[in-house]
Amino acid sequence: MSDRPTEGFNKTLDDPRLQLAIYSATKRLMDHRANAIEPSRLPDYQQLRDHANHIKKHTIEHLDYYLEQLETNLIAHGGKVVYCRDGAEVADFVLGVARDRDARLIVKSKSMTTEEIDLNDGLERGRVETVETDLGEYILQLAHQHPYHIVAPALHMTRYDVAEIFAKNLGVPNEVVIENQTKIARAVLREKFLKADIGVTGANFLIADSGAVVLVENEGNARLTTSAPKIHIAVAGIEKVIPRAQDLGVFLNLLGRSATGQPLTVYTSFLSGPRRASEIDGPDEFYLVLLDNGRTKLLADPEKRQSLYCIRCGACLNHCPVYRKIGGHNYPWIYSGPIGAIITPQFHGVSEDSWLPFASSLCGACAEVCPVKIEIPKVLLKLRAEVTQAERREGRGGLERFTFVVWAWIMTHPKLYLALARIGSKLAPLAPNIGPLRNWAREREVPRIASRSFHQWWARRERAKPHPQ
Amino acid sequence: MKRVSLFVTCIVDQVFPEVGIAVTEVLERLGYEVDFPAAQTCCGQPALNSGYPDEAARVARHFLDIFRDAEYVVVPSGSCASMITHHYEEIFEHDAERAEQIRRLTPRVWEFSRFLLEVARVESVGARFKGVVTYHDSCHGLRELGLKAGPRRLLANVEGLTLREMEAAEECCGFGGTFSVKFPEVSGGMARTKIESIRKTEADAVVSVDSSCLMQLQGVMRRAGVPIRTLHLAEILASR
Amino acid sequence: MTSRQQILDDIRRALGRAHSQPPAPLAAPLLRIPQLARNLYTSLFVQNLEKLAGKCSVVRDASSVIPLLRDLLQGKRAVASNAPFLETCGIAGLPEVQSGFTDREALREACATADVGITSVDYALAETGTFVMLASPQDARMISLLPPVHVAVFPQSRILTNLDELLSVVPKPADETSSMVLITGPSRTADIEQILVRGVHGPGGVYAIIVEDE
Repeated sequence: MSDRPTEGFNKTLDDPRLQLAIYSATKRLMDHRANAIEPSRLPDYQQLRDHANHIKKHTIEHLDYYLEQLETNLIAHGGKVVYCRDGAEVADFVLGVARDRDARLIVKSKSMTTEEIDLNDGLERGRVETVETDLGEYILQLAHQHPYHIVAPALHMTRYDVAEIFAKNLGVPNEVVIENQTKIARAVLREKFLKADIGVTGANFLIADSGAVVLVENEGNARLTTSAPKIHIAVAGIEKVIPRAQDLGVFLNLLGRSATGQPLTVYTSFLSGPRRASEIDGPDEFYLVLLDNGRTKLLADPEKRQSLYCIRCGACLNHCPVYRKIGGHNYPWIYSGPIGAIITPQFHGVSEDSWLPFASSLCGACAEVCPVKIEIPKVLLKLRAEVTQAERREGRGGLERFTFVVWAWIMTHPKLYLALARIGSKLAPLAPNIGPLRNWAREREVPRIASRSFHQWWARRERAKPHPQ
Repeated sequence: MKRVSLFVTCIVDQVFPEVGIAVTEVLERLGYEVDFPAAQTCCGQPALNSGYPDEAARVARHFLDIFRDAEYVVVPSGSCASMITHHYEEIFEHDAERAEQIRRLTPRVWEFSRFLLEVARVESVGARFKGVVTYHDSCHGLRELGLKAGPRRLLANVEGLTLREMEAAEECCGFGGTFSVKFPEVSGGMARTKIESIRKTEADAVVSVDSSCLMQLQGVMRRAGVPIRTLHLAEILASR
Repeated sequence: MTSRQQILDDIRRALGRAHSQPPAPLAAPLLRIPQLARNLYTSLFVQNLEKLAGKCSVVRDASSVIPLLRDLLQGKRAVASNAPFLETCGIAGLPEVQSGFTDREALREACATADVGITSVDYALAETGTFVMLASPQDARMISLLPPVHVAVFPQSRILTNLDELLSVVPKPADETSSMVLITGPSRTADIEQILVRGVHGPGGVYAIIVEDE
């Protein structure tokens, strides 16, 4: 197990303001979700989860078929489909379009997929101005920070942080009233929307039978990003596809309720291709970029490919007691929380950040709330076994392995177990200074090994019984 | 007379034998003959959770050899019971013989509170405990064994006992086995958050069906000087 | 090999599937359409939109729309779509209303400076207080998006129960339009300290004028 970011952990754990911000924001989201899935409001919640899981399983297991169907239908509506192996290919493609159309300004709506591949960096290097338009993402862009949470990216910031960031970057006076901060952002970004040459979005769902991209949002920036500029480029992981438009009801219900407690977000856009000839406005060109970036690797493992079912609702983050302590920036990759813990090692290899699958008490709260029923703890256990196997191959982790081999040996030889336990109970006071127990003792009082074990109590009781005649 | 085999779990055996004693007393009072196979040790969970399924399998085979013909196996721990009933099958995925053994045994393996409610079919065991308790929903018991209303029903029938619910009863205590020593600061932080909820109830004791949770909570409360006791459900039910 | 070829090959190899292998059968879509008495649709719609701080008025017939609308507009500048129903209500004729746009740039300029955007809707969803708008020559995207206030005027016959019913009435929206948008209340965000603010990028004010008898 590699070294985890202890310093980062401690910094977050020791910051009471941040702890409160994380705790209260996630609690609010948890409560919203609980209200929205209450049996009186959504009596068939469990049935919806089963159905969503079934559809995702089917689609993922026939992914090539549905991608080809998506492609055919999108092209029929005048769109273009581009497959990209990695982030570099995506950046090259977007920059190519920008160059061909002499584009100077790109507006973006919130997309974890584009964060995953650091698209903005790639575009900046190509000298095209790229502006995030989701309020939280815009603030983060100005502050050069990554999202803290899948759904609430600026969860960790206060209005005072925002005031400072705006004053420093926009040359506005220090404004701490949140409504006014929003007005400032609205005004700045509106100008960008109307000037922009290209709009880049992600996609919440790709609809195979319609050749369509579905975007959900509350602010309206995705609508503006896809309606104002003349070119719309949607970047989506290949796993985002679902078979039919008629499957949307199930997924939108689950996504909205699980993420923010809303049966429908304020805006749901169902977009297929550039504007039709008779339509008055909308983009003239529409590109769908389908990104692999390692997803085909996850696809290859039948037990772990369920990790690709994720619809990015963030519920697992909100309910995870570990996330709620360490926050989004202590995870090694852009995806944090339980979903991040299972996909990061699958994308990057288990030897990198090998501590990550172990940073969980396996409480199962995530699996309980996952709308598509990903068995997160099960995948974590598999990854843990893969980490130890990899360490074995790399000639590391020998001491821990040896400890468990010995432990298993003791636990399968009862007389030895009992003898060692008796010795252990005598040595108990010395325990806090030894290895793992030292870690225990840092945070808690060490329990005493009982002077008389249950085994001993039982044996004594048996001896005291009258013998059968 | 009905016989039950007691799988007391390694942590109860070595650290909280009083829990095993309480379970024995309650079962015997209900008219069961309790058998304690002395060769028992552990369910294997620590190895599985640390990424050593082969070592867990070794220990699981030992468990199966001892218990596979038992009429009932009673386990005073949600996490150990669910290890056996929910995880052994996967450990023996590639071992047809052992997979069959665990398939046949699983319906006879019972976490203690569910045994009382569903096999012994009692909601009251004639217990008396004067005081206010709050109940912690241990994760494995809650999410893998469905323990939620059951233990509360048993507590409701204890004479003199007042059950006061805490906020966030379902939040993890932060133990997680080796997690507690691999990530002590996070584990400790989780426990301290939990203890805040417990403290607000002003209860005399916090109760759960898992000694590992209680050990974690007890350790943190003692360090923080919080005078709330930790008691296993069995200890309350054995009280007179 | 192109990226497309590589990715599709990788997918097939990962899944053990052959080229053009048809998929296993898939369960039928799960469409949950509530059984609701039709005369409850309007009140349910109103209830749900008002919950989101949208405002609603129900009027007898098309001729009652104008006085209500003028009252709402208070002389402010509005852009209206080319929807026939707005024509029926006589909205295009109002002096404070610009309409009849067919040119994208001219429309955008008008919307960027207008105070109110007036549209009809193709459908409305009672369960969530939602407007459903399909882009078309009668309905441009910007009108319900750029101005800070959006007014939707429509007959109550266009109200459906929910999204699943919409998708059974319009199973392939892509056949009809490049853009179907579901609008559920005013634009909002809680990105800063989880405090709710309305009217971030889209309209902060949303009005529905529902006409009982078209």
